[in-house]
Amino acid sequence: MNVNNVEAVRATLHDALTRDERIVILGEDVGARGNVFLITKDFLQEFGPQRIVDTPLSESAIIGVAVGMAMDGLRPIAEIQFADFIFPAFNQIVGEAAKTRYRSNGDYTCPLVIRTPYGGGVRGALSHSISIEALFYHVPGLKIVAPAFPADVRGLLNAAIADPDPILFLEHKKTYRLARTDIADEAYTIPIGQADIKRSGTDLTVVSYGYFVHLALEAAAKLSSEDISVEVIDLRSIRPMDKTTILQSLSKTHRLLIIHEDHAFGGIGAEIAAMVASEALFELDAPIRRLCGPDVPAMGYAHALEDAYMISSEQMATAMREMVQF
Amino acid sequence: MKASEQRELLRRMLLHRQIDTRAFQLNRQGRIPFALGGEGHEAAQAGASLAFMRGQDVLVPYYRDLGLALGIGLPVIDVFTSLFAKKADTSGGRQFPSHFSNKALGLVSISSIIAAHVAHAVGFGLAMQYRKERGRAVLCSFGDGATSQGEWHEALNFAAVMQAPVVFFCQNNGWAISVPQSKQMRINDIADRAIGYGMPGSTVDGFDPIAVYDAVHAALERARNGGGPSLIEAKCYRFLPHTSDDDDRTYRQPEEVETQRTRDPLPTFERQLIEKQIYSTDEIALLKAELYEHIDQALEEAAALENPSADSLTTNVYAGTEKAWL
Ligand SMILES: Cc1ncc(C[n+]2csc(CCOP(=O)(O)OP(=O)(O)O)c2C)c(N)n1
Ligand SMILES: [Mg+2]
Repeated sequence: MNVNNVEAVRATLHDALTRDERIVILGEDVGARGNVFLITKDFLQEFGPQRIVDTPLSESAIIGVAVGMAMDGLRPIAEIQFADFIFPAFNQIVGEAAKTRYRSNGDYTCPLVIRTPYGGGVRGALSHSISIEALFYHVPGLKIVAPAFPADVRGLLNAAIADPDPILFLEHKKTYRLARTDIADEAYTIPIGQADIKRSGTDLTVVSYGYFVHLALEAAAKLSSEDISVEVIDLRSIRPMDKTTILQSLSKTHRLLIIHEDHAFGGIGAEIAAMVASEALFELDAPIRRLCGPDVPAMGYAHALEDAYMISSEQMATAMREMVQF
Repeated sequence: MKASEQRELLRRMLLHRQIDTRAFQLNRQGRIPFALGGEGHEAAQAGASLAFMRGQDVLVPYYRDLGLALGIGLPVIDVFTSLFAKKADTSGGRQFPSHFSNKALGLVSISSIIAAHVAHAVGFGLAMQYRKERGRAVLCSFGDGATSQGEWHEALNFAAVMQAPVVFFCQNNGWAISVPQSKQMRINDIADRAIGYGMPGSTVDGFDPIAVYDAVHAALERARNGGGPSLIEAKCYRFLPHTSDDDDRTYRQPEEVETQRTRDPLPTFERQLIEKQIYSTDEIALLKAELYEHIDQALEEAAALENPSADSLTTNVYAGTEKAWL
């Protein structure tokens, strides 16, 4: 099938609903409206209100109810309309879902997928733009994936649905309709925790995920005309994270640039940098550099403010050049 | 109510009371670090547990529900493996006492987070509804303080909208640790909250096990037959401090406790059964001795069991052995 990310999510959910009776989708406006991005469009007619559940405006209860369903053998796929609205459910995700298996010593489990659109660059202002991964990746018992290309979306969503533990499935809004590609029709899976080298190179390793992988690829393509060879790793999964791919790449390039939209302080890049510093310090020919979202509470609405928050492919290219010249 | 059922109610109340007494003794002896008692809640829990249909219903309890857990079939030994935090404990020694998990009995694992479990009960109910399992319902229990939580309100609203087969059972003992009901809410009867959600609410004397049974039985029957959720408030009292770590003399007058003690449901119900000639004084004495013997055996048996191994720290985080870094 030839799809963008929205269609990849939709097609994968559709197949899963058809395949597995235990799957129910619940969230705000997922029924008659078919989700604000039309991801569940027409599902209500096809699968009925018992499986496509329009819930009250009640994030904590959406996740709490889904946790109960999951403990009782269903395979709920809960939707938080925008990642910015997930915090009322923080307790249910961190305090309940992530601990269910551990606290019952395996008697009860919580096979739950929480899908949510995140990220900026879409004129979403303060409360429709944020990245939430760093606030959750600290939590053992949870898994987090953030694929950014249709083929990865399909493979990782299938893996998430099949997984016996709770998973936060992050969909970057800016990637929803960014590109169309041909992907396989079968319900294939991509293992959670496996990064993907989206472009191979020899001078510099760029580690990123989400929308910024697309921009990093643009920058890397530009630099190839300057004879700079950049390897771009798309993490795809944030917890667990793929150490092997990062270290193997560094043993070739000896330079690491980490790019993400979420804040730098305490972010995903900090963890990667710490891992590399303790496991591959002597591989490095240049200091590790992080190019991340600024240390401000939120993204602004005005174009100028949003642009100042997001990192452009030009800025990425500049950082790449500087690193190679170090 | 049949004489045999009334005898059973008394047996459950006595078992609950005797185990609590032993737990606090063990704590004073320094054999266990922590005890959590339900003195004053025995009638409410015996009555509610008698209405529970074993093999059909599901119980989503809270931490003070020892009597409910025993009443739906939890073996006495499991109480002591929990108090001693043994390997054989239903959480493998991870949880505080009285946070049991027994899927086979329909006894759901909980955290200690007040009211976080209420939405789970709705999820279990909706899973039953989804599978069209008429004849099954969920009993969800909590204290008066829990009804101040947003999660509690979200869950009740959700249940009502979906007509989930759940009975919300509030044991109102007038206190949330040191905070009296008057500082939690402006209403006298927690059952009054039900009308705000469009579900039936009723208040019963939580010191009267038969009244509690009647109310919970009717509500469970309605839920089992597609009649939707309801809220029952059983007014009782907590005779003991909140836990073995609490000193209730810092916030309530001993006279208040003494006055309430004159209405202690245990001697009261014993007297009633003797008056009704359902039991003789001698028979009750014999029953108490039997229970004491049974508890004593379980206690010593549990005390002799092995402790969890340090290795078990890292098990049951995920289904597999995933680490944060792969
Ligand atoms: C979310 C949360 N806040 C605070 C606490 C600490 N805490 C434990 S029990 C309790 C009082 C609960 O009172 P109630 O619901 O009436 O139950 P009771 O203990 O009286 O049976 C509090 C404040 C907690 N466990 N969880
Ligand atoms: Mg209370």
